Amino acid sequence: MVIYSESYRVNKGDFSTAGEASAKIKGALKRMGLNPAIIREVAISSYELELNLVIHSEGGELILEVGDGVLSLISSDCGPGIADTSLVMQEGYSTAPESVRAMGFGAGMGLPNVKRHSHSFSLESELGKGTRIVASYNI
Amino acid sequence: MKLREVAEATGAKVICGERHLNDEVDSAFGSDMMSDVLAYVKPTTLVLTGMVNSHVIRTADMLDIKCLLFVRGKCVTQEIIDSAQEREMVILSTPMTMYEACGRLYGTGLPACSKE
Repeated sequence: MVIYSESYRVNKGDFSTAGEASAKIKGALKRMGLNPAIIREVAISSYELELNLVIHSEGGELILEVGDGVLSLISSDCGPGIADTSLVMQEGYSTAPESVRAMGFGAGMGLPNVKRHSHSFSLESELGKGTRIVASYNI
Repeated sequence: MKLREVAEATGAKVICGERHLNDEVDSAFGSDMMSDVLAYVKPTTLVLTGMVNSHVIRTADMLDIKCLLFVRGKCVTQEIIDSAQEREMVILSTPMTMYEACGRLYGTGLPACSKE
């Protein structure tokens, strides 16, 4: 049962606000009084997912759901979808443009890092439709 | 290692956070790629970087990092200083290159951090 749910819009290419949704999520979790170690893990995943939405998607949303003993972070976008989902789970694989790398991102570490920092992880994607990623935590 | 000793070892200026100079770090990581910082760094890690933009502070905030050491004498903007002060972070700046600053710190016994 979900007892708290909040969604945050993330716009394509908007680096000026990239990270704001994750900062809000981190703030909400602090107010809930969750374990600081879990908050940090969620914040890292959230920031990685938010940056991916800015860099790679046509726009989407980050959703925080907190239920009885479980917290889920959901990234959902409206395209373009991932052609080969096994490639994006390989560290160092990146399709980020040079302009993104110049800001210090796009090293191809994002999704493996989300998986490493979550208790369960799922990725579903369809070309032309979109991608949905769920990172969950036992709390 | 105390942040005060980090500043001394690298000839760094304290840009902000002077009252936290007795705080300690137990490892260090040097990179201009924030993607790699996100993959490696612990809250007790000192981050050395030559990348100076607002995303560096946002990244540090997500990771609960206490101290950033900017290398190569990069100019730190007031916007970055203000953001760091809001988060009670220590910002240091050294004219040394990344290679030299890392070498000096490693020489004092501050180890590398490994991926979590």
